[in-house]
Amino acid sequence: MAFPHRHLLGIKSLSEDDILYLLDRADEAVQISRREDKKTSSLRGRTQINLFFEASTRTQASFELAGKRLGADVMNMSVANSSVKKGETLIDTAMTLNAMHPDILIVRHSSAGAVALLAQKVGCAVVNAGDGAHEHPTQALLDALTIRRAKGRIGGLTVTICGDILHSRVARSNILLLNAMGARIRVAAPSTLLPSGIAQMGVEVFHSMEEALDDADVVMMLRLQRERMDGAFVPSVREYFRFFGLDQQKLSRAKPDALVMHPGPMNRGVEIASDIADGPQSVIEAQVEMGVAVRMAVMETLMLSGASPS
Amino acid sequence: MNRTILTNARIVDPSQDMDEMGAVVIEDGKIAAIGANAANALPSDAAIEDLDGKLVIPGLIDTCVHIGEPGGEHRETIASASKAAAAGGVTGLVMMPDTDPVIDDVALVDFVQRAARDEAIVSIYPAAALTKGLDGEQMTEFGLLLDAGAKMLTNGRRTVKNTLVMRRAMTYARDFGAVVACSTQDSYLSGGGVMNEGLFASWLGLSGIPREAEIIPLERDLRLAALTRARYHALKLSVPESADAIRAAKAAGHALTAGISINHLTLNETDIGEYRTFFRLSPPLRTEDDRVAMVEALADGTIDIISSAHDPQDVDTKRLPFADAENGAIGLETLLAAALRLHHSGDVSLSRLVDAMSCRPAEVFGLPGGTLRPGSRADIAVVDIDYPWVLSKDDIVSRSKNTAFEDARFSGKVLQTLVAGASVYRA
Repeated sequence: MAFPHRHLLGIKSLSEDDILYLLDRADEAVQISRREDKKTSSLRGRTQINLFFEASTRTQASFELAGKRLGADVMNMSVANSSVKKGETLIDTAMTLNAMHPDILIVRHSSAGAVALLAQKVGCAVVNAGDGAHEHPTQALLDALTIRRAKGRIGGLTVTICGDILHSRVARSNILLLNAMGARIRVAAPSTLLPSGIAQMGVEVFHSMEEALDDADVVMMLRLQRERMDGAFVPSVREYFRFFGLDQQKLSRAKPDALVMHPGPMNRGVEIASDIADGPQSVIEAQVEMGVAVRMAVMETLMLSGASPS
Repeated sequence: MNRTILTNARIVDPSQDMDEMGAVVIEDGKIAAIGANAANALPSDAAIEDLDGKLVIPGLIDTCVHIGEPGGEHRETIASASKAAAAGGVTGLVMMPDTDPVIDDVALVDFVQRAARDEAIVSIYPAAALTKGLDGEQMTEFGLLLDAGAKMLTNGRRTVKNTLVMRRAMTYARDFGAVVACSTQDSYLSGGGVMNEGLFASWLGLSGIPREAEIIPLERDLRLAALTRARYHALKLSVPESADAIRAAKAAGHALTAGISINHLTLNETDIGEYRTFFRLSPPLRTEDDRVAMVEALADGTIDIISSAHDPQDVDTKRLPFADAENGAIGLETLLAAALRLHHSGDVSLSRLVDAMSCRPAEVFGLPGGTLRPGSRADIAVVDIDYPWVLSKDDIVSRSKNTAFEDARFSGKVLQTLVAGASVYRA
C-alpha cells in the first residue's frame, strides 16, 4: 500500500487508514529497537536533516535515533531563534538546506504554520516536529501506539486530556487523532487555558478534574510552562497543583488500570505528582520508546512509500 | 474652451438622486451639464465619446489608504499609489499618517502635498497624526496641520490608550471642526492575537483577537464624542456590535460616522485557509455571520463609508509564518470591483455603494468631488458594470502585490478614470 502523502504536517490531513498504516509499521519498528543489532539499511544513503528553530532535546534525539536505526545519515541543525526576522531565517535556511539535497527534513518552529510554509519551498519530504500551538503529529501517533499496545484498541476508550490545552500542539494533534479513531475525549483545565470554541472540537469540557477522570481509560497530562503560572493564566503553582495536578486521590477516580501519560518534559509537583509519574499506571517511559518507533515508521513510509512530488 | 462630452451613459450620482441615461458635458475640467437633456445643444467643437450604456459615477474617494512614502518607498510611493488608484476608479484618497517619519508636523503635510501635486495622477490628501509620533501621548498642532491642508486627524492603526489624552484631543479638535478618525483595538485585550478569536483560530493554533477588543475602545470613544461633541469617524469596523453602538450614538444625535474596509464586506476568516498571510488584516476578518451583518449595516446607512484600507506590504513582511507576518492588503485597484459583488448579489443598491465610496467621503471630510453636479470638478469613473474578469497578480499596478483578491473573479471593471476632466486611466 502506498501512503498518499508526501509530508507529515499534521494529523488533520490523515485518514483513519493512514493512521492505522503508520501504527502497524511502528509496531514492526518497535521490534527492531529491541534487537541487539538495531541498525537496518532501509534508508541507507539518504540524508535526514533535523532543523529545530525551537530548542528541544527529547524530540530531536528521538528523530536522530530513528533516522540512524534506519541507516540514514543524520545531521542536526539547531537554529537559534533570533528575536527579529524569524521568518526570513526560516525561508532562507530552507532554501540553503534544500540546495544540499536532503531527502527528509524534520522541522520544529515556534510559529503555527511555519513548517507547512517551509514545506512549500523545499523539494523533499518534511515532517512537522511541532509548529507553535498548531500540531505535533508524531507525538499524537506515539501516544496512540502506546495506548493501542497497552489496551489493544483506541476506539471506545475514554481519554482525558488535562492541562494547558490552549497553548498545546500535542492536545490539538491528539484530539484530531483520537477523534479519527473513535475514542471519547474529555478535556479538563481552568478556562483560562482552554481555546475559544473548545466545545466544538469534538471533546467534552470539564472544569473539575475529578469529574473529568471518572472511569477514564487514559489520562494524558500536558506540561504547563512556568511563565504561565505566575498570575497570567493561573495564579500560582500550588493552586494549579491543588486543582489540576494529577495526584493519587484524583487518579483514583479513573479506572484502576487507567494509563497515565505525559509528553514530557514533566514538571513534577506542578501538573503531576512524582509518585504517579513513577507509579505502576505510568506509561511515560513507554511513550519515549514508542516515539522512536513511530518516527522510524513515519520517515520510512514517507521516503519509501510516500506520494511523489507533484 | 476644452470640451468633452460623454454620451449614452447610465449616470448614477447619489448626490443628486440621479440614475438615468444621458450625457455628461465637461468644460475646462468641470461638469458643465449632466443628465438626459445635457446633450441637447452639443457644441460643435466638443470631443464626443459614446459610452454605449456604460456606467458613469463620481470618482471614488478612498478615506483609508496607507502609502509607504516617506520611509517605505519599496512598498508604495505616492506616485505608484496614485496609478493604482486611477486603475480602480479612485480619483481622490486620504493618505494615512503612519509613515516614517510620521506625518505629525506641518513640514510633512507640505511634503505630501508637494509630492502629490508633482507626481500623483489622482488627488492625494494628507491625514495628520492625532498625537506626536502616534505615541498616544501628546497632541499635534491641529490648527496648523489643518491650515496646511490635512483633511483628517487620526492615529492610524493605533488606538490612543490614554482616555484623558483622547478626551483632550477630541475637545481641542472640535474647535477646528476637524474629524477625528480612529481605528479601535484594545492592544491588551487582543493580547498578541493575529486573527479572529474562535474555533477556526483554535484549530490553526493561532491566538485570537476577541471582538470585544474592538467594541470596548469604540464605546469609550463614542462616549467621549458625546461628551466633547467632537466629530468622530470610526475608520474600520468589523463586528455588528460595533455597528449597533454607532447606530445608537447616531440616534442620540451625535456627529459621527463610520467606515469599513471592503475586505470585511466581501471576505471572512475562513479565507485565511492554511495560513494565507494576505488575509491577515487589522481588524481581523471575522465570521461569515459578521460579514453579512456588516453588509446590512452598510445598506441601511449605519456604516457611511467603504474604504479599501490599502496597505502595501512586501514579501519580507508577508512571506512569513502567519503569526510573524504584518497585517494588511492592497485594495485600491479592486475596491470598486469587489464592492460591485454586493450590488450583483442584490444586498446593497448601486446608489448606496457609490454613495459610500464617493459622496459620503467627500461630504464627511470636505473633499472636492463626490458629485457630478454642474460646476463641480469632473472627477469621474466610467464602469462596465458586468464585465467579467479575473485579477491576475501580473496585472497589479500597485508596487506591492499583497492582494486578498488574487485570482478572484469579478463582474464589473473600471474602463476609464478622469480627474478634473483629464483621462488618467483607460483600460
